[in-house]
Amino acid sequence: MNPANYLLLSGVLFTIGTVGVLLRRNAIVVFMSVELMLNAVNLSLVTFSRLKGTLDGQVIAFFVMVVAAAEVVVGLAIIVTIFRTRRSASVDDANLLKY
Amino acid sequence: MTTVLAQGITHTTGWESAIFYVLGTIAVLAALGLVLARSAIHCALMLVVVQFCLAVFYFVQDAPFLGAVQIIVYAGAIMVLFLFVIMLIGIDSSDSLVEVLRGQRVAAVVLGFGFAGLIVFPTGSAIAGTTAVGLDSANGVGNVQGIARLLFTNYVFAFEIVSALLIIAAVGAMVLGHRERAPRPTQRELSEQRIAGEHPSAWTGPGVYADHDAVDSPALLPDGSPTRASLPENMSQDDIIDVIERVGIEK
Amino acid sequence: MPPAAPVQYLPATGVFSATWLLVLFPLIGAAVLLLGGRYTNKWGPYLGVLTPCLSFVFALFLWMAMIGRSGDSREISSTLWTWIPVNGFHVDVGYLIDPLSMTFVLLITGVGGLIHIYSLGYMAHDERIRLFFGYMNLFVASMLILVLANDYLVLYVGWEGVGLASYLLISFWYFKPEAATAGKKAFVMNRVGDVGLSLAIMTMFWAFGQTNFAAVFGGIGGAGSGVALALTLLLLLGACGKSGQFPLQAWLPDAMTGPTPVSALIHAATMVTAGVYLIARSATIYNASQDGRTAVLLVGAITLMIGAIIGCAYDDIKKVLAYSTVSQIGYMVLATGLGTAGYALGIAHLLSHGFFKSTMFLSAGSVMEGMEDTTDMRRFGALTKAMSVTHITFLCGYLAIIGIPPFSGFWTKDAIIEAAWDKGGTSGTLLAITGIVGAGFTAFYMTRLMSMTFWSKSRWRETFRPHDAPKVMLVPMGILAAGALCVGGILVIGRLLQNWLVPSVGEYTEGVRAVNPWLMSTITLIVVLFGVAGGVQGFVRRPVPTTAPVPVSPLVMAARHDLYDNAFNEAVLMRPGQWATRVLVFFDNRGVDGLVNGLAAFIGGTSGALRKLQTGFVRSYAVGILGGAVVALGALLLLRAA
Repeated sequence: MNPANYLLLSGVLFTIGTVGVLLRRNAIVVFMSVELMLNAVNLSLVTFSRLKGTLDGQVIAFFVMVVAAAEVVVGLAIIVTIFRTRRSASVDDANLLKY
Repeated sequence: MTTVLAQGITHTTGWESAIFYVLGTIAVLAALGLVLARSAIHCALMLVVVQFCLAVFYFVQDAPFLGAVQIIVYAGAIMVLFLFVIMLIGIDSSDSLVEVLRGQRVAAVVLGFGFAGLIVFPTGSAIAGTTAVGLDSANGVGNVQGIARLLFTNYVFAFEIVSALLIIAAVGAMVLGHRERAPRPTQRELSEQRIAGEHPSAWTGPGVYADHDAVDSPALLPDGSPTRASLPENMSQDDIIDVIERVGIEK
Repeated sequence: MPPAAPVQYLPATGVFSATWLLVLFPLIGAAVLLLGGRYTNKWGPYLGVLTPCLSFVFALFLWMAMIGRSGDSREISSTLWTWIPVNGFHVDVGYLIDPLSMTFVLLITGVGGLIHIYSLGYMAHDERIRLFFGYMNLFVASMLILVLANDYLVLYVGWEGVGLASYLLISFWYFKPEAATAGKKAFVMNRVGDVGLSLAIMTMFWAFGQTNFAAVFGGIGGAGSGVALALTLLLLLGACGKSGQFPLQAWLPDAMTGPTPVSALIHAATMVTAGVYLIARSATIYNASQDGRTAVLLVGAITLMIGAIIGCAYDDIKKVLAYSTVSQIGYMVLATGLGTAGYALGIAHLLSHGFFKSTMFLSAGSVMEGMEDTTDMRRFGALTKAMSVTHITFLCGYLAIIGIPPFSGFWTKDAIIEAAWDKGGTSGTLLAITGIVGAGFTAFYMTRLMSMTFWSKSRWRETFRPHDAPKVMLVPMGILAAGALCVGGILVIGRLLQNWLVPSVGEYTEGVRAVNPWLMSTITLIVVLFGVAGGVQGFVRRPVPTTAPVPVSPLVMAARHDLYDNAFNEAVLMRPGQWATRVLVFFDNRGVDGLVNGLAAFIGGTSGALRKLQTGFVRSYAVGILGGAVVALGALLLLRAA
């Protein structure tokens, strides 16, 4: 099997994550979809590393994980704060910033 | 031990394709389940499944360190944080089925297919016939050691920056989550608030049938007629007649 | 032909090199009074009186020095500094003092000084008296710049300066609507004349490359008749505006809403004669164009009749005097139109007019002071006893203006009529007859004025206490009255003034058709006496009604309405102007603004529609991002494939 097939899997997972962001209204699920997209990217980075024969891809995937962790921490805190004031976790309810 | 295991699997092409196709199918189905499941808890579980699949892929592709981190940090810590927040804001906060934005679903699906097509087909044609260099030489001193060497040499600056980012994120989350509690008002403050308001006298009691509460307005009897007895004694007769005429016929 | 005009002036030496002091004194006065603010309130008026008097004293010195020189060395010019040093256009600020300038300087500072003294009394109760003297000093300074300039552009500075001062002083009591309106009217009508003068200056620059007197007068001979005619007509337009000549006379009577000393100094004695000065100063140019002189004659003749006719119909004492001024300046302009035979006579009449008209204005001011500022002559009468001094001074002016021998008007006005006759031909005869008829009208309206004011029966209310003005006003009136009686005779007998002015306006020449001056004077005198008799018959013998009688002849009606001049201006000039303005405003609102506003509305509308895209729903934005990513990706792949 050609190891590059992982890239195709990565693309499919990324697209599914994108559609999830577009379709779901629960902020937490939207967030999970974002995580899915990040994971799909990590998979391609690891695959690149293997295709090229260097470890740089893995290092970058490591950085992505760290940043994702930071993002999750802050994002969930924001969701909790919004929920506390508006009693809702729907992204459609936070639409004050408009025309 | 993991390294040995991984190498054992990797170097057997048949094994790898079997893993890829089985776990790849599971991962895609789980991802679809993440998008389609109504309950947030189910979504989280689906995501855990995807991440476990990816962790296996990492092991298979000579990245045992990342595989371990994926399981420990992602599937472990981060997903626990997700579940924790789901519990915090209500487990029953599931999505309603009605889509309020017109054309959102259609647009999402069409664009999703378009995007997938644009990614998958060119990639598929581009990778035909490529061969992997493989990480045997790069992992010669061990995968963890190789990553560590890169992290603390070429990527040391980015590493420091990212560590600062983590600290900032932690502090930011604390700031966002912290709630300042207003001190409880004392009894004195409550009574002052009640007495020193704009209204100089007590409000008309509940159940009283009157649209005035001035002293020179007579009280009304149950049948609605004014009563002279409720007026102050020192009002002049003329004033009293005026008031009675204004309010209605005296009984 | 007169001798070629001198184009070289002597450099200033001795006392003449300080000629600029004449201007400096009133200029400093004006600056101190106008910039000093209320700190100068206490002593400001006295400073204002002092400065023209200082100038007068210095002018007397200069005059003595000039008399001491021989006739052909009396034209002195000097440059003070360079004003415009552009390559190809060079203007120096300098002065020219010659017999003509000298005459005007003496008139301006002398009569001006007396009127300043008079104003001390007249304006004593006005709380803005300091400002009044500031403006008056500004006027004197500007007028001196005008008459001392040696360059038309510098003259123009003074010309505009007196226009400004005139505007400020006419509307000095700006809180009265009619004063504010009159000031604006004077300013606007003066602008019409100023356009003529400025065009004349531009023509000079175009034709000669310079605007100083020496260059212009030296070059006019070789410039061709077209340039000469254009210059004469444009200068005449300027003179008409400033001197209230036909067809720009309408502002002068309205200007009488200003304080009476202003009427006397600016609108009778000095500023309104600037037009005559301009023509006399430009004698060399006018000598070069016969047609230009004819236009001047025409304007003068028409104006003197218009002024005389309207003067008979008004009941406002100051307006009668104003139309009298218009008429008398008509005589002067007529005289200057006669060429070398008349320049000096015009100046002579100007001088005597300066005396007798300011005498009468100041006397009228004195009457108004005694009658609580009434100007309606139908409310006067029988003031001879109550205002004996005023009556005497007024009488002096009266005798002078109607031309009873041996007083001023007789000498100067008769000389003009005589010179017109001497011009010869039909035109000469017509001009002389016009002059004589005008003299008759003058006698009539002045007698009417005197009768209604002093000699007829009393028509004022019992509460009035008529009295003579204080001494500070009476003394200048007396001096001017004395001048009014004798100045004309002194100037004209023995051709004193004619000879004095030779260096400036050329040799005095007799006309072609000599006539016995005694015969001419006798005819004029008879007509004048008829006019006087008419006035006495109508306004002394018969009782004067306190309101103007209404069913009157069409001529009187027309005269009461300024011969419909204002109506004409309004219908022919003002209304079409307003219509044109409205059309432009419409075009501006709908066309220009429409374009601009339409563009703005288009952008605003488009933005308003596009704004709806900002729904605030983050998922809509996410669709946009993904759509953009798809498009970018597709474009990249297409480019790779191509």
